[in-house]
Amino acid sequence: MSSSAASQGRVSALGLLLNNRLATAGLVVLVTILLLALIAPLLPLLDPNATSPANRLLPPLSDGHLLGTDALGRDLLSRLLHGARVSIAVGVSATLIAAFFGSLIGLLSGYARGWADSLMMRGIDMLMAFPYILLALAIVAVLGPGLINALYAIALINIPFFARNIRGVTLGLARREFIDAARLSGKSRAAILFTEILPNVLPIIVITMSTTIGWMILETAGLSFLGLGAQPPQADLGSMLGDGRSVLFNAPHVAIIPGVLIFLLVMSINLLGDGIRDVLDPRLKSGALARPMARTAVERESVPEKPATAKDAVLSLSGLRTAFGLGQRQIEAISGIDLHIGRQECLGLVGESGSGKSITAMSIMGLVPTPPGRIVGGSIYFQGEDLLEANDRRIRELRGGPVSHVFQDPLTTLHPLFTVGDQLVEAIRAHQPLRRPQAEKKAEELLELVRIPNPRRRLQAYPHELSGGMRQRVCIAMALANDAELIIADEPTTALDVTVQAQILMLMNKLRHEKETSILFITHDFGVISALSDRVAVMYAGQIVESGPTKEVLESPAHPYTRKLIDCVPVLGQGDRQLDAIEGGPPATGERPPGCAFAPRCAFARDACKRGEIALQPLDAEREVRCLFPLDVKREALVHA
Amino acid sequence: MHEQTEPMLQAQDVERLFGAGRTLLGRPKPAVHAVQGVSFAVRKGEILGIVGESGCGKSTLARILAGLDQASAGKVLFQGQDLAAAVRRDFKAVARQIQYVFQDPLSSLNPRKTVRAILETPLRRLLGLGREERERRLQKVIDAVNLRPEHLDRYPHEFSGGQAQRIAIARALAAEPKLIVLDEPVSALDVSVQAQVLNLLDDLKARFGLTYLFISHDLAVVETISDRVAVMYFGRLAEIGPAQRIFTQPRHHYTRLLLDSAPAPGKAIMVPESESGELPDPYNPPVGCAFAARCPAADELCRTRHPALEPAGAPKHLAACYHPPVGSTAHE
Ligand SMILES: Nc1ncnc2c1ncn2[C@@H]1O[C@H](COP(=O)(O)OP(=O)(O)O)[C@@H](O)[C@H]1O
Ligand code: SF4
Ligand code: SF4
Ligand SMILES: [Mg+2]
Repeated sequence: MSSSAASQGRVSALGLLLNNRLATAGLVVLVTILLLALIAPLLPLLDPNATSPANRLLPPLSDGHLLGTDALGRDLLSRLLHGARVSIAVGVSATLIAAFFGSLIGLLSGYARGWADSLMMRGIDMLMAFPYILLALAIVAVLGPGLINALYAIALINIPFFARNIRGVTLGLARREFIDAARLSGKSRAAILFTEILPNVLPIIVITMSTTIGWMILETAGLSFLGLGAQPPQADLGSMLGDGRSVLFNAPHVAIIPGVLIFLLVMSINLLGDGIRDVLDPRLKSGALARPMARTAVERESVPEKPATAKDAVLSLSGLRTAFGLGQRQIEAISGIDLHIGRQECLGLVGESGSGKSITAMSIMGLVPTPPGRIVGGSIYFQGEDLLEANDRRIRELRGGPVSHVFQDPLTTLHPLFTVGDQLVEAIRAHQPLRRPQAEKKAEELLELVRIPNPRRRLQAYPHELSGGMRQRVCIAMALANDAELIIADEPTTALDVTVQAQILMLMNKLRHEKETSILFITHDFGVISALSDRVAVMYAGQIVESGPTKEVLESPAHPYTRKLIDCVPVLGQGDRQLDAIEGGPPATGERPPGCAFAPRCAFARDACKRGEIALQPLDAEREVRCLFPLDVKREALVHA
Repeated sequence: MHEQTEPMLQAQDVERLFGAGRTLLGRPKPAVHAVQGVSFAVRKGEILGIVGESGCGKSTLARILAGLDQASAGKVLFQGQDLAAAVRRDFKAVARQIQYVFQDPLSSLNPRKTVRAILETPLRRLLGLGREERERRLQKVIDAVNLRPEHLDRYPHEFSGGQAQRIAIARALAAEPKLIVLDEPVSALDVSVQAQVLNLLDDLKARFGLTYLFISHDLAVVETISDRVAVMYFGRLAEIGPAQRIFTQPRHHYTRLLLDSAPAPGKAIMVPESESGELPDPYNPPVGCAFAARCPAADELCRTRHPALEPAGAPKHLAACYHPPVGSTAHE
């Protein structure tokens, strides 16, 4: 690993952390407290333990005692800073001890599995079976009161927390394929544990530490408050709180001052901890600070006029542009998409991963998360209604009603904790004023419609009890629940087996005729297009490069990219043929070359292709292509006429 | 061609049982036969394709054949030696000969290791190469899979699926194994990228004289690359034979269904309406042919007795079906 790359990584991680305002505030407060505590012995403070009965219970801002004095006349400021030192030191040490032993147990137990795992986990379970603080009390009772013993107690009761967390993560990692790959690369089990798994667990350990250290400080304070931790005259925050209790009414500041510091300390550590967690593990992000809006923001410079096609079409996109803001930069994921879907029509949208198919689909119902996504141009009309101007309530009505989605992974639609029946009923009742029994009957009919055997019983099933194909059928049933006019199906069969895929395609084709539904069908595979689509639109690097009737496009593609996409599909019975692969990959989003985006991979590219924007031009009444030199020679004459 | 040579890999009645044994309280745990009675041989330089739908036992079989898992019964012979014994003796020695490429390229690469660290491990741990020799081999390997030297210092997540799979292939290739087990190596990839990887695999096989076991749920993919094909259904072999023959004259109704379901540009898909696509319950397996519930030709015999794998009218073509489909398909 090059160290420059590593340090760059760290700098940007810090940058990310500082981007989070609460975490930064936490960091500032924490650093201030830490610094003060650290340099406390160097500061011109009074002796924290020197009593002075004459000066007892002086209020804050008294002469010589900035924060006043306690019941024995000791200077509160001095005690506070020295106390904070002790509390922090104990909290940090306890965290380190708990993290070390807990993580070690978690790692070993998660990786060993079998009886070793059972043994360690039963031990951990036993520790956890006792009420938390009671256990700490018991331990201190056995060891005798004192700061060090309190430290051991706190560390010990926190070991299970680390062990469980780390074991869970390790278990998940140990099943990952890179572990097998490391074994096949010749690594021993110990090497795998410490060089393959540990680096992946480390961020979790740090996260767990940063989120528990605050509690450990609190717990230490708790023990000291009860007189079991720091012993007089030594000050720590908990014992100061305890001292303040007896004079709470005539001199509340004695208790309030250490209380406030504990609060500040724990709060700042937790804020910082959350920030660290968000930076290290974006998946765990609480999202409280950057929750995406319920609908994609629309920031068009101008509102285009309603296109003529929008009147008859079920769906009409014109010039649609959706962009992502990355810092100051704005990157267009799709630039100027025109699509029209007629009644009962199925339009296939084909292209490689990353070409913008899903962004196009998600823009329609405002499902692109904002931030960072925004619709920055164009228009979307659904049955003549301007969706970009519609209010949120109307969009909610449309979603799952007249316009519904089927996604690649059924589990993104289905909630794991509710039965299929409950979810269908919920979907129906969100849009129709039906009572539960009626809705249940309808749900059963829907499952029958998508040919799920024994529908009544399947209503009681949870998603995980169904096979992938059955789950996708349930999703289609859900999409049909409220008589959808338009179904947006984003790679609905990509994750399925060939036989199941064939059935789902047949089913969708049948249902669309029965129910007179229009479909926007998205796929990367030209092989599945003809099963369903009347027309296709081919997407490349955020633009439509060709569109037309499926049969014609398949028989005589005009764009070189379309030709390649068709040719790279392996076809049964042509096994001897060398597959026609498209070398290289599509340009990264936002790095579209000038001129034709496909030029770097195109065998027919000439100089003219690399200059200026190339428009989508009509080939004939039904076909359009974005290419200066379309493949069909007869048509080429037409374009340049 | 290689009639006389001893097979490189031989599976003899391989069986894998999951979940058997007893709970802590002594109650027997329900057992699932993931793989049952699988026998075949792979010659040096051959590509055997294994097709079947998810859950039919392909990965389980593949892991056993690569020494990552042990058969509950039956035997795997690698170059005439018992593989399970060899694994117990020295796993590294086996890993020098047999390598594995996983389905999901990103999950088979440690996210916290650079490509260099990932590719150097087998060179160091399996071959014990010194620094210079390692560097030389590294260059050779990444060159073979069309990666560039500057890719070496990047992390897996910086690559697209196709590139990541090429890294995974490079890792498997690094120790110069004789046999590579490829478990759905292109299933997670786009069709366009899939073609790149398939062509690369073809090329590598020729250049390094490799033998492949190529697993996929997609018949068309298997056909483009395999010399012979084994069709698996519910943990058993339904049919095995020369690729050409399987695709033109399938002798098992499941193979037939697979052929009919395969999509292709311009092809309308026609599978029977009654076809449910559901596998039998593994905890309650059918007595007879596992495909009977979905088979148009099933009769009493099929439902009561399990059909054995028997010669199906052409050399080296075996099928386990009482009433095989007749005639040839349109896939010629
Ligand atoms: N560790 C396991 N415990 C229990 N059952 C398993 C285990 N691994 C696989 N199986 C079962 O074995 C069967 C075959 O699985 P697998 O080999 O992964 O199929 P494929 O690779 O063809 O998708 C499935 O029914 C699966 O549920
Ligand atoms: S415009 Fe030029 S580079 Fe682009 S696809 Fe057409 S021929 Fe190829
Ligand atoms: S054995 Fe019977 S049920 Fe099984 S595939 Fe053959 S005909 Fe069908
Ligand atoms: Mg598998």
